[in-house]
Amino acid sequence: MAGFDKVVASYEEAMTGLEDGMTILAGGFGLCGIPENLIAEIKRKGTRDLTIVSNNCGVDGFGLGILLEDKQVRKMVSSYVGENALFEKQLLNGELEVELTPQGTLAEKMRAGGAGIPAFTPQQAWVRQLQKAKETKEFHGREYLLEEAIVGDFAIVKGWKADRYGNVIYRHTAQNFNPLAATAGKITVVEVEEIVEVGELDPAHIHTPGIYVNRVVLGTFEKRIEKRTVKSAE
Amino acid sequence: MSLTREQMAQRVAQELQDGFYVNLGIGIPTLVANYVPDNMEVMLQSENGLLGMGEFPTEDTIDADMINAGKQTVTTVKGASIFSSAESFAMIRGGHVDLTVLGAFEVDVNGNIASWMIPSKLIKGMGGAMDLVAGAENIIVTMTHASKDGESKLLSNCSLPLTGKGCIKKVLTDLAWLEIEDGAFVLKERAPGVSVEDIIEKTQGKLIVPDHVPEMVFA
Repeated sequence: MAGFDKVVASYEEAMTGLEDGMTILAGGFGLCGIPENLIAEIKRKGTRDLTIVSNNCGVDGFGLGILLEDKQVRKMVSSYVGENALFEKQLLNGELEVELTPQGTLAEKMRAGGAGIPAFTPQQAWVRQLQKAKETKEFHGREYLLEEAIVGDFAIVKGWKADRYGNVIYRHTAQNFNPLAATAGKITVVEVEEIVEVGELDPAHIHTPGIYVNRVVLGTFEKRIEKRTVKSAE
Repeated sequence: MSLTREQMAQRVAQELQDGFYVNLGIGIPTLVANYVPDNMEVMLQSENGLLGMGEFPTEDTIDADMINAGKQTVTTVKGASIFSSAESFAMIRGGHVDLTVLGAFEVDVNGNIASWMIPSKLIKGMGGAMDLVAGAENIIVTMTHASKDGESKLLSNCSLPLTGKGCIKKVLTDLAWLEIEDGAFVLKERAPGVSVEDIIEKTQGKLIVPDHVPEMVFA
């Protein structure tokens, strides 16, 4: 009896059930806190026609960028996609569709999706000039835009530590979109650097409670740095 | 003389107050962090999910999991907190950040700002800029007064797609400190050695020039 045990033995098992045409929510900001091995597994699997909701699309050769190599992505929902040449090429060719969404709105779309709130109204109705027309509503004399929540068939998440029950904590700013994506996947898969004993994580310090998590897999991570900045030697 | 980037950062830093939570955009705004007065406590917010951003790390302390909204590796100050991107934008949207400093391509007399997209170039995205300006009450825009070709960036109507509508009240350029009131730029200060005439010539939008326009003072 597995009970609450969410741990799976392999990446193959972690991504079982992923099919062509599905929507995947991915954690990460830039290359920080991205589920790099789960992305690599999607590439290995060769699943196609995917819609991927992620703040960015990785870089050439790393992160979500590798899913462009075999044209596995049909559509990206992101706030900023300027970091890779292959993305640009496929976008201009019409092989790839992009739905630009402001960063805070994207985060809230995931949060709302996970929280069972179908839509919400951030204040930025004038965004209509660049996106398809959306419904607006006035509150207190200001115009607000109706934004719909997002849920994914899968959510792929990078945690720091998890226990077998799927309770997760994130490390530093690798948190970013990860806990939001984790709540909004029909199947949420979390890859972590360490799996600890149940009871070892302080209940009050858990970022993602195990109720949101379906599968946990242990990985090793390259953690590539996108913009290495150090202070000059004194 | 027009202000250098460092001087622009210095002038913006004069607007800081003790106990302010501040979000700094990429470019000149980032430099403001170098001019926080010693006797003042200021917390820097980074919209990926960090309140209390510190300086760049050393080679020994660099950490791939510790970055700012510009994706640069950073450190935290004592008393910092880290949270999700939804929490981060809740702070921003909810008006909890005291001051936001960001760059722009154009600003107009109605407080509109264009900062994210030039139609002839490939669109890369707005990142967090739209949510930032929609939620902030106190924004300072830093930019050069005119383009390299001499085209004014202070306009009667922004020509580029907007980042935010009616949200800008303060602008610092390399020539002047201006505030936006009732559909006009009001010239409040000029850069040392820059004439009022020079500023008038490089401002396309309606400009109100008081009788006395003081020069900026730098410590």
